Parts: sequence; C-alpha cells; structure tokens
Amino acid sequence: MEDEKKLAAFEAKIAAGNKIEPKDWMPEAYRKQLIRMMSQHAHSEIVGMLPEGNWITRAPNLRRKAILLAKVQDEAGHGLYLYSATETLGIDRTELLEQLHTGKAKYSSIFNYPTLTWADIGAIGWLVDGAAIMNQTALARGSYGPYSRAMVRICKEESFHNRQGYEIMMHLAQGTPEQKAMAQDALNRWWWPSIMMLGPSDDQSPNSEQLMRWKVKMESNDAIRQRFIDRTVPQADFIGLSIPDKDLKFDEASGHYEHGPINWEEFFEVIKGNGPCNAKRLKARSDADKKGRWVRDAAMAYAEKKKLKAA
Amino acid sequence: MTIQEAKFQYLLRLGDSSLIIGHRLSEWCGSGPILEEDIALINIALDFVGNATAILGYAATVEGNGRTEDDLAFLRSEREFRNLLITEQPNGDYASTITRQFLYDVYTYYLYEALKSSKDETIAALAEKSHKEITYHLRHTTEWMYRLGDGTEESHERMQNAMNDLWMFTGELFDMDEVDATLIKEGIAPDLNTIKEKWEAHVKPVIAEATLQIPSYNFKQKGSREGKHSEHLGFLLAEMQSVHRSFPGAKW
Repeated sequence: MEDEKKLAAFEAKIAAGNKIEPKDWMPEAYRKQLIRMMSQHAHSEIVGMLPEGNWITRAPNLRRKAILLAKVQDEAGHGLYLYSATETLGIDRTELLEQLHTGKAKYSSIFNYPTLTWADIGAIGWLVDGAAIMNQTALARGSYGPYSRAMVRICKEESFHNRQGYEIMMHLAQGTPEQKAMAQDALNRWWWPSIMMLGPSDDQSPNSEQLMRWKVKMESNDAIRQRFIDRTVPQADFIGLSIPDKDLKFDEASGHYEHGPINWEEFFEVIKGNGPCNAKRLKARSDADKKGRWVRDAAMAYAEKKKLKAA
Repeated sequence: MTIQEAKFQYLLRLGDSSLIIGHRLSEWCGSGPILEEDIALINIALDFVGNATAILGYAATVEGNGRTEDDLAFLRSEREFRNLLITEQPNGDYASTITRQFLYDVYTYYLYEALKSSKDETIAALAEKSHKEITYHLRHTTEWMYRLGDGTEESHERMQNAMNDLWMFTGELFDMDEVDATLIKEGIAPDLNTIKEKWEAHVKPVIAEATLQIPSYNFKQKGSREGKHSEHLGFLLAEMQSVHRSFPGAKW
C-alpha cells in the first residue's frame, strides 16, 4: 500500500517533467534499468578509447594528433562522469568494472570492430559519434537527474567529435586518389555497424510502455536510426562518398531515406561476443586492470600511512 | 656558429624532447592503472604535443627554408632528432613511467622557468605558457613518487629498479656545447649549470622522502646533442611517421 502511494507520486513527478534525484524513492525496476544503461554507456566510453587510441601514435600530422588526444581524453572523462553518475544509484565503480571484465555487463557493439586505417578515425567521429548523439540528445530529456545532466554535457563534446570526424573525411575525400579510396573503404566498413549500434529494430525490441512512461527510454531504436540516416546521407553526398547500400533511396512522400535490409545476424553475433575484436577489447581492459593493481594498492597503502601519521 | 643556427638546434632539442615524451605518454592510452590516471596521462601527452607543435613551428620559422613543424616531426630520421635520451626510454611499468617523468619534469620546470626571461620574445612567450602546464605535471608526478616509493613493498621495489635504470640518463640533461654557449652569450638560453643545481636540490629531497636511493654508480649516458640515440628511437619514429611518410605530399 505504502509502495503504491510512492509509485504514484514517482510517476506523477515524471509526468510533470520533473527529474528524479538520487535520494528520491524509485522503483527497483527503474534503478536496475538505469544501472544497466548508464554503466553500459560508461563502459562504452572507456572501451571506445581503445580503437581510437590505436591511431594516436600514428596520426598523420601534429594537429590531428592533438585533436585525437583531446577527443580520447574527453571519452575517458565521459566514462568517469558516467561511472560517478551510476554510483548515485548505490553501486560502486569496482563492481561495475568487474561486471565489464567478467562479460556480465555489455558495451556498445561498435567498438568490437577494428580501426584498420587512419580514415577509420574519421569514420568513427562522423558515424559512430554521430549515431551516439542521436541517441544521447534523446536521453538528455530522460527522467533521472544525474544521467540527463551528464547527457547534456556529453552531447556538447560529442558534437565536436562528430565535426572533427567529418572534417577528417572531408580532407581525405578531397585529397589524393589513395586518400579518397581510404575514406570510401572506411565508410564501407563502418556504415552498417553504425546503423546497427542504435539497437535492434522495433519489432525485435518492443519498447516497454513502462520504460517510456518512466522516461528511461525516450524514443524507439528505429526512430533514432531514421533520424541518423536522414542526417548522414546528404553529408556523404556532399563530400562525394557513397553509402554502401544499393537499396538506399529517398522517399518523397515521407521525406525520409529508406534503407536496405540490415544484417541482424551479424549484430547479434557481435553482441554475443563473436565480433572481430570482442576478445581483444575485453582482454585489453582486464589486463590494464590487473597490471594496475599494484599501483592502486600502493596508493591505498600510502594514504593509510599518511592517515596514521596525521593521527 | 651563427645565432640563427644555434637557435634552430636549441629549438629542436626542446621541441623534439616534448614530442617524444608526449608520444611515450600517449602509448598509455586505455591501459592506465586507473581511469583518473588515463585522463591525466592523455592530458599531459596533449600538453607536450601542443608544446612540440609550437616550438617546432618556431624552429621552422627560424630555419627559414620553408619547412613546417610537420616536416620537422615527420620527415626527419633518427640521427636528426635531438630529443634527450630519457624521453625516448620505453614506458615500462607505471613506476618507470612516473620516475622518468619526475626526473624530466623537474628539469623542464627549472629550464622553462629560466626561458621565461629569454631575450628571444617568442621563446619567452612559449616558456611562459608551458611553465604553467609543467607546474601541474610536476605536482602530479611528485605525488606519485611518494605514493609508489613509500607505498607497498612491491611498489617500492619497482620504483627503486626504475630509478636504477633511469638515473644514467640524467647526466646529459645538463650537457652544454657551442649551441648553448652561443645562446647564453645572447641571453637567449640559460646556463645549464644553474639549472643543474636547482634540479639536484629539488630531486634529492623528493627521492629521499619517497624512501628511495639515488644509485651509487657515476656512469651517465650521453649522445642526444649529436643525435646519437638509444635503439628505441628508431622504432618510435617508424611508428609515428608511418602514415605521414606513406602518402608523400598528402594533406590531412
């Protein structure tokens, strides 16, 4: 009875457009779903540092190197910010990381693809960050205060990332024939995974009416995907690259692009752990964690010693 | 040696050292011991790359042959690089990285402090900006010197090993030649003997408080002033320059 009253008040608050804050009462299902989503997002940020970090030492000039460093630093910062936001739900970072390392928690499927050439850094900024922004601007309107505020801040930085990625692609597309080929090849490899990273189509992922009502999920996967495609196709045209989808066409009546069939089999294989880099990414993260243990232990031991001395 | 020639060489020493140590720090990306350190290391690497870009850009201007900072960074080979040997030493474990960084940060702290009053206005302005960044770098590495030196038995042992391995590269930080002599006379660069005194007075108490020992050997490696490097630099440059050199003349 008590809980029903609390639930009604909780839902009324959300319906009125107010945010839920860490100390507010919330249903267990709400808390669990947010921990799942937010930690998945945090993990994606730090796993996402790996494919991009792969090119920092080989960036083609000093300006690109500086931009890429700044971008990857942003991602790490987003990770930290999101872990902290997730901790407000009563779980700590160590436990969240353990869930990542044991495979219990997921991260975005996209980071299980390899970065094979410099152009992939452009493609990631343009397509992957572009797709992420579509999702995150929606989440910025979500009901959980710490997450929605994190999204507002993160989206601002992501739009820089998106622009620098597109700028890399533009330079390549206007460059030598080899550079243009490199850009097209990157687009060919990253297009479909970017489309897929926005999640299964709506018929395979029925949106829980409850999660929508609770403003945990704001829009359906297909709606977000459509927005991403509508925005990105003209950008590809503008720099003279072609989207690797022979069925892609503009539908005058609806004002939207229609895309060809998505290979969902590939998507679910990657999610299951069978993408090109799943094992490599997870190993990199858990190796870093293991290799860093003595450092963290030393820092703790030193802090203890200092405390004792001060006492 | 003309002032212009001396200045060009001197700027290469400064710029190359920043570029190479920035490269080493960036190799940590995604594998730091804790997320906060990943952020710190990338941030510091970014400072160094920014500093290298500005200094090599000025070196190119001083040289006046139409080369750019990118030409200097990506189209010179091992023997033409003038970075200090300590900057190219591999990252090793976190103890090595921190120790290398600490010994170098104290050096640049006093060197750039002195360069702030260089008679060359561009150098003075670049030093002014960098010195603020270096102050943060040094605070960061000093804290880690204490934590790791005086942390656990394992961390202490790793730090002492790192100190034993890296101390031999600190001698050449203060080597001077005709380049220095020419610029000291003009008030453009400081006498490194004065930097050496400040450096020693700074590192010794920190090392002691970190419960570490300065190695007893007197042997010191040298050679970077003449572009004689350790074997590590060739691999570093092969990696750093690979894309740039694969597409001659391309714009990025």
